[in-house]
Amino acid sequence: MSALLKSRPRLSHLDRLESEAIHIIREAAGERSNLALLFSGGKDSACVLHLAMKAFWPEKLPFPLLHVDTGHNFSEVLEFRDAEARRHGEKLIVRNVEDSILRGTVKLAKAEASRNAAQSTTLLEAIEEFKFDALIGGARRDEEKARAKERIFSHRDEFGAWNPKSQRPELWSLYNARINAGEHMRVFPISNWTERDVWTYIGREGIALPSIYFTHKRDVVRRDGLLMPATALTPPKVGETVERLSVRFRTVGDITGTCPVESTASTIDEILAETELSDLSERGATRMDDRVNEAAMERRKREGYF
Amino acid sequence: MAFDHIPDGFDGEPDVLRFITAGSVDDGKSTLIGRLLFDSKGLLRDQVAALSRAHGAQSTTQDGDIDLALVTDGLESEREQGITIDVAYRYFATPRRSFVIADAPGHEQYTRNMVTAASNAEVAVILIDASRLAGKGLKAQTRRHATIARLMGLKVIVAINKMDLTGWSRAVYDEIRENFSRVARTLGIVDPIYVPMAAKHGDNVARRSPHTPWYEGPPLLELLETLDVTRSETEAFRLPVQRVLRTAQGTRAYAGRVESGVLRPGDEVLAMPSGQKAVVESIRSYDGAHAQVNEGQSVSIVLDRDLDVGRGDTLTSADALPAKSITADLCWLDETAWEKGRRYLLRQGTRTTQALIDGIVFVREMTELAEVSEASGLKLNDIASVRIKTRDPILADLYGDKPATGAFVLIDPASNQTAAAGMIREAA
Repeated sequence: MSALLKSRPRLSHLDRLESEAIHIIREAAGERSNLALLFSGGKDSACVLHLAMKAFWPEKLPFPLLHVDTGHNFSEVLEFRDAEARRHGEKLIVRNVEDSILRGTVKLAKAEASRNAAQSTTLLEAIEEFKFDALIGGARRDEEKARAKERIFSHRDEFGAWNPKSQRPELWSLYNARINAGEHMRVFPISNWTERDVWTYIGREGIALPSIYFTHKRDVVRRDGLLMPATALTPPKVGETVERLSVRFRTVGDITGTCPVESTASTIDEILAETELSDLSERGATRMDDRVNEAAMERRKREGYF
Repeated sequence: MAFDHIPDGFDGEPDVLRFITAGSVDDGKSTLIGRLLFDSKGLLRDQVAALSRAHGAQSTTQDGDIDLALVTDGLESEREQGITIDVAYRYFATPRRSFVIADAPGHEQYTRNMVTAASNAEVAVILIDASRLAGKGLKAQTRRHATIARLMGLKVIVAINKMDLTGWSRAVYDEIRENFSRVARTLGIVDPIYVPMAAKHGDNVARRSPHTPWYEGPPLLELLETLDVTRSETEAFRLPVQRVLRTAQGTRAYAGRVESGVLRPGDEVLAMPSGQKAVVESIRSYDGAHAQVNEGQSVSIVLDRDLDVGRGDTLTSADALPAKSITADLCWLDETAWEKGRRYLLRQGTRTTQALIDGIVFVREMTELAEVSEASGLKLNDIASVRIKTRDPILADLYGDKPATGAFVLIDPASNQTAAAGMIREAA
């Protein structure tokens, strides 16, 4: 019989999170056959890509990267996305919201409207095109209230819709990834990570990020308590003053909906120090689209949003 | 790539404690979580502002505080109905520990969500509304929560809440404590911890209450920060194989997470259920070669010979035994009741096999917690002891010793729903 050991120190918080994420990614690849990893070039997806690389080392990833490009992305982020895919030697599939607009499957209320919600349609079209049966993404439960309720292995019906009222029970680490034809799973390996965990991990692992996550000078206007980048897509309104400030992005997404925060942080440690002091949540400080109403994310997710 | 030997994965950083909060409707569970987050700065300015935007006058109570209960209700339908339907996960940290709260719904119809929350937690904080219970017994829902906490092997803290409404009556506290102790004895819950509190006002949550000089224990947060939840681990090694990876030289490495025990190069392992033996040549990860790995670490293992091993098999120490017939505690989680004679899929570790429920030993009823042995069916939220037969052998691990491999789920192959959560108590 086996001997009992004395109690021992437990795995550190960050090591446990890393191991859990690797376990989840390996389970996704074990239970489903046609996956893709959603990779936007943002910090969360950069973390997930790094974790996936660790999960399958010394082999390459057994699935491609997929990005849904709204056409309104920061060029630094797209360059980073392409460079990372090349560096890892992984296949990158890009599908464009612009093409969905041309096909007529996406109709925007206004030409300059945020394309963030429109991503869902293009994403579902890509799933249909490649017959993906699981998508791995970098959503975190601490980001937002609807995400706080989502399972790690989250079922999507044949319309790509999430049904929050009848989620499958998710017991221990025994993930149920079974689906019928036409349905798919969304898999979130860093569900249990906070913004602070992500930054600490990026620092510890030396994960590369697009430059706009760090301090830089940018033309912005102040609007509704947020800083809006002054760009061709997001021109200042009449009466607004353009200021050139030291800023960084806490999240990156569609230019029309993502706002930077004032910051002089040029290193991960400085970002962590700022995050400790901030009394605004990551999305609250930066996302226009979540402020429409409190259930904005839940409604988008029910329509297939990531 | 040069391998530096990594001593182990432990570095003295703060660890994480995962706990659930369970209570009947209106016991003040959401308020307690709101209070924990608020007092530990886990709630930020815009999140409080979003509450005011959404709820207007509703979001402040008479004394001008934010209604902390509104913090945790995430879904539209929950806010409409004013109840919690599904588990919400919340995160906060103190200098001593990181915490994950799984906020489980109170309603009986959502018991399956509490089971989901409990399965990944170490501690259950069970709330009781002191103001409503004086002179009465515990609610059925409290007994159900205690039963689930016991089944899942959680440490139990009983938060006796709304003590302010009893005039901070020690007699009421003692009465509830005595009532719960009886339930704990019936179920076999070891040393539950009791805390008198008023979550709404923060008494004995993050700070000691001036109203309870007779209470000698710490406030809840300090209790959670200092509680020792280290299980006495066995050397018994378990690693369910998730995938076989190949190096450039074609060497096979078995990838998985150590679910219990310790492993070092040179150790002998069995590949279960076949029982083939091999010796560990090296333990590897992206970060290097490991001189030892412990519970919780995701690695890949190179053996000294090629075995016919793949996903679904488990690498184990010599003590492991196979079984095709087990007795298990079961929580039925599906709206579709159990149908006698039907085959379900049983998932243990990375293995999936067919299973039949061969007989019901008893179903536990929730009033006296009695074991009803003549029960003939299993329906949503039933908690039972059953006998199960499997087509292929599974590991005969007991949940009490090795929770990760002693646990399983049953999946309905027709609907793909997760139908039941199981915990192995005996193997034959």
